[in-house]
Amino acid sequence: MRQKGLKSLLVLAFSLFLVLKGTIIFAQEGGHNSPAHNTEKKFNITETILEHVSDSYGWHLWGHTSISLPVMLYTDKGFEVFSSKNLADEHHNPVAYQGKNTYMVNHHTGKVEIVNADGTPNHEEKLYDFSITKNVASLMVSVLVIMFMFLAVARAYKKTGVTSAPKGLQSFLEPVILFVRDDIAKPNIGAKYAKYMPFLLSIFFFVWINNMLGLVPFFPGGANLSGNIAFTMVLAVIVFIVVNVSGNKNYWGHIFWMPGVPVPMKIFLAPIELMGVFTKPISLMIRLFANITAGHILVLALICLVFVFKSMAIAPVSVAFAGFIYLIELLVAFLQAFIFTMLTALYIGMAVEEHHHAEGAHH
Amino acid sequence: MIFLELNPLVKPDLGLVVWMTVTFLVVLFVLRKFAWKPILSAIKTREDNINDAIAQAEKVKIEMAQLKNDNEALLVKAREERAALIKEAKETKDKMIAAAKEEAKVQAGKIIADASASIQQQKMAALTDLKNQIGKLVIETSEKVLRKELSNKAEQESYIKTLASEVKLN
Repeated sequence: MRQKGLKSLLVLAFSLFLVLKGTIIFAQEGGHNSPAHNTEKKFNITETILEHVSDSYGWHLWGHTSISLPVMLYTDKGFEVFSSKNLADEHHNPVAYQGKNTYMVNHHTGKVEIVNADGTPNHEEKLYDFSITKNVASLMVSVLVIMFMFLAVARAYKKTGVTSAPKGLQSFLEPVILFVRDDIAKPNIGAKYAKYMPFLLSIFFFVWINNMLGLVPFFPGGANLSGNIAFTMVLAVIVFIVVNVSGNKNYWGHIFWMPGVPVPMKIFLAPIELMGVFTKPISLMIRLFANITAGHILVLALICLVFVFKSMAIAPVSVAFAGFIYLIELLVAFLQAFIFTMLTALYIGMAVEEHHHAEGAHH
Repeated sequence: MIFLELNPLVKPDLGLVVWMTVTFLVVLFVLRKFAWKPILSAIKTREDNINDAIAQAEKVKIEMAQLKNDNEALLVKAREERAALIKEAKETKDKMIAAAKEEAKVQAGKIIADASASIQQQKMAALTDLKNQIGKLVIETSEKVLRKELSNKAEQESYIKTLASEVKLN
């Protein structure tokens, strides 16, 4: 009963969110994009927003101040590391850097490329980019936060033992941990939930804390890490591996030889089910990426209204809207972490489900 | 593919993928070992403790109720026993009284019988005594008469004869 109530609440929140999002984006694009392009060539809203939600080699703090991060490249000529300040001048325009090759940031992709002497990109040479970019640095910050939080909480449990009530951070996190256990893991996985608890908790807090850090508009937040496709892809691949490694005979039986249907149907269903094995993690990847990036784009677009109109009069309106979206984003940060974890638990639950449960579901 | 070319947002960077994979696995491993296991086991232990305590309390409650029931049953039994004892005592008392009455009756009868026997005896003794007395009187009277009438022998004899015929025992 409680489960049902929660579900309908989530559905309501989601639909509201989608409707709002759609309307605002539509109004934004329809109403204000064209004048911006006509009157002001210098301010390109698309470029500005994309720059803010994309990765970069330095971490911009304020004005002309930014933190230079190490660029780490692997080419045919070996491994090399240099500071990202070598790649841009004081106006943030890309400049060439002479290392083992000549490197320059591509203005469109924002990525380092090997360039020829005349400045044209050289795609012949191999280049693997392992730089500590803004997103990687943000990832490390989030790891520090997560480690600090949970090791402290674990210490608190060890120190006070189990006889006293939780205190401080511990009392804030314990209900969340219990929520993951009682409302995500137990109903979706069933009896074998305990084995997957560390994984689910790690996924949940990793996604949630990175979502929240992404919402902080200044250092050490501000990187759109959990809205980056690489971040969500890695999580999705790990989920894919965990789910399929956990899969029992019954799970694979349902994919390749669906029980309880005629043979032609079994043959017809097998490729569809097999495709489902891949679409499940892909949907996880796209959902998280799209939701978080869309939220960031939305807030930025609303703020950009001020610059598009070049009027302070519009500022209160755009700040009010942006503030509202920000509050929704706080909810979405939690919601997306919850949905990612819940679907992961659901997929694991399907993979470890015992035979008699499945039989019951089919007849 | 054109879409991917157009939008750098949906193009995963190799570097970030590698860093992310390494970092997440490290976080997963470290937290699993040093955070999740102790936290989850502590929570589990506490929950078990609470459940145990509740179960214990429930058990004690049931025991208390049982004890109360037992006490009541004991009380009822004691009451019954008391009633039985009283009844028995009453019966014994009645029996004793009846027996005593019987005894008394028997005793009284015996006493009465003895008394009447003794009265009879004494009456007989008195009668004998009286007879003796009378005999003595007769003899004394006879003596006096004899002394006086000895001179008149014939008359004397006739008189004795009349006397003797008159004297009848009882």
